[in-house]
Amino acid sequence: MILGAAELPRLLPAGYAAGPVGLAGHLARYGPLPCPRSGRLDGRALIAEAGRAGLTGRGGAGFPTARKLAAVAAGRAPVLVANGTEGEPASAKDKVLMARSPQLVLDGAVLAAEAIGACRAVVVVHPHVRGILDGAAAERARARLDRVPVDVRTAAGGFVAGQASAVVRWIERGVPAPTATPPRLSERGPRRPSAVVQNVETLAHLALIARYGASWFRSVGTPAEPGSMLVTVLGAVRAPGVLEIAAGTPLGRVLDLAGGASAPLQALLLGGYFGDWVDAAQALGRPFSAAGLADLGAGPGAGLIAALPAGACGLRETARVVRYLAGESAGQCGPCRFGLPAIASEVERLVEGRGADPGLLSRWLGQVDGRGGCAHPSGAVRLVRSALRTFGAEVSSHAAGRCRGAAVVLPVPPGGTR
Amino acid sequence: MTGPVRLRVDFIACAGRGLCAEALPELITLDDWGFPIVTGRAVPPRLLADARETVRLCPKLALRLDRRHQTSDS
Repeated sequence: MILGAAELPRLLPAGYAAGPVGLAGHLARYGPLPCPRSGRLDGRALIAEAGRAGLTGRGGAGFPTARKLAAVAAGRAPVLVANGTEGEPASAKDKVLMARSPQLVLDGAVLAAEAIGACRAVVVVHPHVRGILDGAAAERARARLDRVPVDVRTAAGGFVAGQASAVVRWIERGVPAPTATPPRLSERGPRRPSAVVQNVETLAHLALIARYGASWFRSVGTPAEPGSMLVTVLGAVRAPGVLEIAAGTPLGRVLDLAGGASAPLQALLLGGYFGDWVDAAQALGRPFSAAGLADLGAGPGAGLIAALPAGACGLRETARVVRYLAGESAGQCGPCRFGLPAIASEVERLVEGRGADPGLLSRWLGQVDGRGGCAHPSGAVRLVRSALRTFGAEVSSHAAGRCRGAAVVLPVPPGGTR
Repeated sequence: MTGPVRLRVDFIACAGRGLCAEALPELITLDDWGFPIVTGRAVPPRLLADARETVRLCPKLALRLDRRHQTSDS
């Protein structure tokens, strides 16, 4: 039982089956989990295989999965956290994965937990898919499939709740806010981490690497960025939604897979709300990969691709998102708490053509960048800087009271979620 | 225990009291909201004693001298 090497999708069910794939259908498609015998040697072998596969984190940061797992594998029994929080309002890929292929996510969570000698796997999921994951976990428990207990929890709401340290604090203390210490313990010693956090898509890939091996995984994608990835395509395309693509697929091809552009495009937002605006004409021929986008100052991030039509205003979209991000600050760090609202107001002035001060905006972007306990302030700064790069020529027309349009492309939850 | 040391701020702990910028203006300034901006450079040896004293002064224990390599996500 093996999926064709170059066959896509790998993670999502083929076709449009309604509802989640149950345990029987899951095992029929992928085959049984390889020898779920616990023990350090098996764990080391799986981590080495993930390293050969070149699997990287699919939550946005792209950290090598094997290095993260190996760093904790030597420690005392930690907790494996499968992060399906997906607090980003524009992104749906983790929710769709959990809704369609919950057993694959649980396979990966259990395998990773066993590989690092964890006492349990905690699967933190968006409330929309909680029931599906509960059902999937119950089915596994009835089949006595796993030696590691699986604990499904509902994620906290809010944009920053998905940051790794916030997820751990949510599980341990019921507070969905990032922490400074221990930050990113998986990359740091000598104190052993209490938890290692992996994105749910990363774990689903791990479950297939465990079955079929590294060279199977590498048979799609690029040598530097192998494998497939889930992307959320939205905006001016005919069939917006979640797709599974080979890493490095050209952006124009990805938009074709989403039904093609529904209007002439001016720009794309890539990666997420912490990502980058790029000019559409420059980007469409580029591979959707870190290497293919680096010189545009962009990257695949968490797999978001938003197509901005010519009739919309990129500065206006940015202003709405930055105002939302400012409201989503956990409020713990001064530069983020005070700086993001100030930056949002300045971007709004720029859009409305009422006396914006580009020097002041630039100063504040510099004063907020990199100065927080988590990636939130830096992510918002990155988005604004990319908007100024991509839509900078329109600032003067806005100052003269002209704006391309008010079409709304990027979703922002009303009234905040905190 | 040699090697360069750098000042680091735990922004979650920092309350923006601003004592550090008064005590060590050579290395610490304040942003527009009153939170410390520390230089990413190594603390020069002549200021090391002052830097240690400034770390002790912080009422929120938010300032540290750090021997680790400076990372991008400071």
